[in-house]
This record gives sequence, C-alpha cells and structure tokens, in this order.
Amino acid sequence: MGLFGLFSGKKKTSAAAAKERLQILISHERQNRQGPDFLPDLQRDILDVVKKYVAIREDHVSVRLDRAGDASVLELNVTLPEN
Amino acid sequence: MATVVTVTSGKGGVGKTTSSAAIAAGLAQAGHRTVVIDFDVGLRNLDLIMGVERRVVFDFVNVIAGEATLNQALIQDKRLENLSILAASQTKDKDALTEEGVGQVLDELAELGFEYIVCDSPAGIERGATMALHFADHAVIVTNPEVSSVRDSDRILGILQSKSKRAKEGGKVHEHLLITRYDPVRVENGEMLSKEDVCDILAVKLIGVIPESKAVLKASNTGAPVILDQDSDAGLAYSDSVARFLGEDRPMRFVTPRKQGLLSRILGGGD
Repeated sequence: MGLFGLFSGKKKTSAAAAKERLQILISHERQNRQGPDFLPDLQRDILDVVKKYVAIREDHVSVRLDRAGDASVLELNVTLPEN
Repeated sequence: MATVVTVTSGKGGVGKTTSSAAIAAGLAQAGHRTVVIDFDVGLRNLDLIMGVERRVVFDFVNVIAGEATLNQALIQDKRLENLSILAASQTKDKDALTEEGVGQVLDELAELGFEYIVCDSPAGIERGATMALHFADHAVIVTNPEVSSVRDSDRILGILQSKSKRAKEGGKVHEHLLITRYDPVRVENGEMLSKEDVCDILAVKLIGVIPESKAVLKASNTGAPVILDQDSDAGLAYSDSVARFLGEDRPMRFVTPRKQGLLSRILGGGD
C-alpha cells in the first residue's frame, strides 16, 4: 500500500470480500452435504402431516441440523399462513 | 503396495496436469518408481505436457478393454528411468472407465513394482474425475487463490470424504492443498486471497505454493515437466512440495514479494 492507500482510510480489500463470501457460501454448502440423508425425507413427511390440517407449501417447512458442541440440534420451522 | 496419489481440483485450468507431471517427475527423481495416468478420457493432454505425444500407441482404455497389455501401453520417460506414463484415450466414451477395470489396472501396476501411481484427474465431477478420486490414498487438491476454484475444491473434498473407496471403508483419504498461480504482490495489496485465507476456508494442510511463473508455459511448450527446470521459481516450489509430501519439513518459498526499492514503495503499491 503506497501513500494514497495510507490516506484513503481503511477500505475493505477485494481479497477480504472474497474470503467473507466464500466462508458464508462454503459453510452453507457443507451444511447441506453433511446433513444426514434422511433430512429431505423428514421434511417431506412433516409437510404431509401438517398439510392434513393446514394448507401450506413446501417452502413453508425448513429442517436443519446444527451441531452445538457434542450434541446435534434438529431445528424445525413451519411457517403457518395467517387465518 | 503402491500408493495412489490423485491430483484433482474440480475446476478446470488451475494446473492439475502441470502439477501431476511435476509431482510424478519429482517422486521419480526422489528414487521412487512412479507411473502417472491421464484420467481425462476424450481430452488427453498429459502426454503433451510430458513430451511423449508421439510415442502413444496404446492407452489406458485399450488396457481396460483388453486390447493391449499394460506393458505395451506404458511409456517409459526418457529423462527419468523411474517414471512411466499411461496416456488417456481420445475416444469420447467416458464410460470406458469402469470401477472394476480401473481397479484392475491399478492392481497390475502395483504388481509391476510401481511405488506411486499418480492419477491426473479431469475437471468436473463426472466419471473420469470420480474414478480418479475413488481409488485415492492421497489427494492433492490444486487450487487457485480465486473464489470459483476454492469453492470447487471444497466440493471435491466433500466427494472425497463421502464417496471414495477409503471413505466408504471407514477410512480417510490423506488430503493435501497445493495452491498454484500465486502472486505474492497481489496478495500483499489485498487483491488476491492469501495462502492462509485459502487454508482457513478449506481446512486442508498446505503442501505447497506454486508462484505464477513464466516457467510453466515454457515447460509445456517444450514438453518437459516444470520441476525439471530447477532455475525457475515454479520448479523449485514443486520440488519443495514433493519433498514435503515425502515427509520432509521445508519452509515455503516465493510467498512474499521480492524486495522493492524504497522509491517504488513510497510512490505506490505494485503494478
């Protein structure tokens, strides 16, 4: 960084932007691939059960598996439409 | 037992074939009987990088199909007596590489006394690439310090960790990260991911950093693995990488900018 760099203040470099984007993307992609094989099936079954009672669409159900320490947390989100 | 070393990346054009040729030549130079195999069926290029394109009579697919013996298809390198090359076929049929056929050829190479089998994987995640990954004991992940290359390398790591033979048998493929086309000046200016950034993101042990170098094109022009050019930074960096692969501890070279004059530093960063 030359003189101009010193005076222009701390601007985020493009390499830092690349790193940040990659970290977000890759952690997301790893989560998808490291999830157990049953997650998509579980999501479909839950959707079927909820559908019996409420009209919801596929994207209203999200299933995630997070790791916290040595335990895994299964997170279910069902968004119910209003009314 | 032969050790299978697969050179892979996911993305094309990052330096897999250059690295395969250099690593195989480096292992042979270190005294190990080594064979390097081109898995890019339909688009072979390893023969050209190794300078044996006019000596290919039979190829990998011929051997799998039983149309030639392994000894007929192996091309002995003229520079290094420990090194042989097995070219890919130029037929378009990627399905020619069956798991059984490839496995059989690898077993036969081990019986012939080869210590290292270097597999030059094609780009992508189709059959040639998955076959090259399947039998890997070690994988060298070739990555450019650039977003799409890093992302594709991570996908390849995922495949190695779930679909390779070792993974399926409950084991693990030894993973090594090789960063190529590295430009320390651009890294210092914040225009390029640093080797630390790439290691952080991929979480794989770094085996070497190959600087962006004119020597690589020069080597491919003449059909000699760049590692043989020991006057070049890239050649020396590949030698270091192979030494590290074989267990030696060597410091990284060519990873900081060459010292600039005071004046050019005051006036402004790089080019």
